[in-house]
Amino acid sequence: MCSPILEVSGLHTHYGASHILHGINFSIKAGECISLMGRNGMGKTTTIRSIFGLTPATRGRIRVLGNDVTTLSPHSIARMGLGLVPEGRQIFPDLSVKENLTMTARPGLDGSWAWTLERVLQTFPPLAARLSNMGNQLSGGEQQILSIARALMTNPQLLVLDEATEGLAPLVRKKIWSVIQQVKETGITTIIVDKDVDTQLKVSDKSIVLVKGRVAFSGDTSELVANPDVHIQHLSV
Amino acid sequence: MDFATFLIQILNGVQYGFTLFLVASGLTLIFGIMGIINLAHGAFYMVGAYLSFWLFGITESLWIAILIGLPIMIVFGYAIERLAISLLYKRDHLYQVLLSYGLILVLNEMQKILWGSDFNSVPVPDALSISIPMGNQEYPVYRLFVSLVCMVIASSMYIIISKTRLGMMIRAGATHREMTQALGINISRIFAIVFSLGAALAGFSGMIDAPLSSVYPGMGDYILIISFVVIVIGGIGSVKGAFVGAMLVGLADTFGKILLPEFSSMVIYALMALILLWRPQGLFGRPT
Repeated sequence: MCSPILEVSGLHTHYGASHILHGINFSIKAGECISLMGRNGMGKTTTIRSIFGLTPATRGRIRVLGNDVTTLSPHSIARMGLGLVPEGRQIFPDLSVKENLTMTARPGLDGSWAWTLERVLQTFPPLAARLSNMGNQLSGGEQQILSIARALMTNPQLLVLDEATEGLAPLVRKKIWSVIQQVKETGITTIIVDKDVDTQLKVSDKSIVLVKGRVAFSGDTSELVANPDVHIQHLSV
Repeated sequence: MDFATFLIQILNGVQYGFTLFLVASGLTLIFGIMGIINLAHGAFYMVGAYLSFWLFGITESLWIAILIGLPIMIVFGYAIERLAISLLYKRDHLYQVLLSYGLILVLNEMQKILWGSDFNSVPVPDALSISIPMGNQEYPVYRLFVSLVCMVIASSMYIIISKTRLGMMIRAGATHREMTQALGINISRIFAIVFSLGAALAGFSGMIDAPLSSVYPGMGDYILIISFVVIVIGGIGSVKGAFVGAMLVGLADTFGKILLPEFSSMVIYALMALILLWRPQGLFGRPT
């Protein structure tokens, strides 16, 4: 049986003296689309930062394709097939769109180039017209698309999207969700964190709900949808 | 001021500006990308000058001295970054200031132990120890040569930073360090490269400048202060800013000494104050 793409066990993370994650456990299989949910401050972004080694775990284990990455540096973890679309986009303002896309382009772990510049530009036509523009000359929606495209250019096994539609106009949000749907259909394993819970539930196969740094629900999204108590108790604003 | 004098002062200002640029570009990259305030950067200039003096004494050729000295400066910068600076990336700027000030003291003391406290000189290479007539005056060819070499280095830096993958990584790391790592780039290696090259540029500036000025204890202190003025004028982290800032400071300092001799030591600081009043982030810096 194949190892899960990502396996998080007993994860504890601190910010200084603040204990944020309290023994989180979950695992993700290849091809799954996971919603990581919870109200503000429940530990979603910290979980992602810990997976990528940006805020290293203080206890517990993180395995990527069966390899323990808990103590690895962020760049080594990313090179194990993880792609990140971070909160706040964080596109590089002093690089052109083309440079943003090509700087970190690399083949997947199997050596294949599923996502090339050509394919990315076909998938995201707005970027094709803006290739020579600098990152800071793009609109918020274009920057978000660029952030997703940039992560795809690393040909990841697992794509993590943290608040990919935050701060965008409704029409642009709709476009970003359609982009996420396209990415999902390519078979890339995805973790989605977003404030738009309803759309998240429509897109994802499985869901994990965090409450105060602990997993309050983990299972099929259909199960979560059928269980309004969890929904109301932990996700309603 | 006649035209020949004016032209000579322009050339002197540009040459001084280029020398400053070599030091300031490393300083601005190290601060802009790595977030490190390296007070020892001026001492690297001094180390370069003393290396050229010492190696010239052995080889009797400035060119060979530079050829040997440059790799030494790269290794020296790499060692300093790995053994000292890299321990402070996650610390407050105060720790960096203390460490790099300590490095100044150590390097100055080592210089005194190795070469003493005398003023020394390195002769201009024979092939370039000529002057060209300029009106009723003459201008040393070596100064033109220094400007030319610095221009080639500045152009190479521009190409590396704007056209190569390493340059992209440097620019990316300057704005979003964490994101650069999360995309699979080994930022520690980029930091080590930037620091080593910065040290090498400062050292090279000291080497090539040695025949124009004396080689003396503490010679890095003044150039450090001026280099900070340059990067504040240009905008911290901007190589383009360092270039423009260095040229402005070079020309202002040179013409200040001619036109306002009694205020010459204040001219570049007045220039900095005026530019900061107009653009607090410097000419090419990003507003915070």
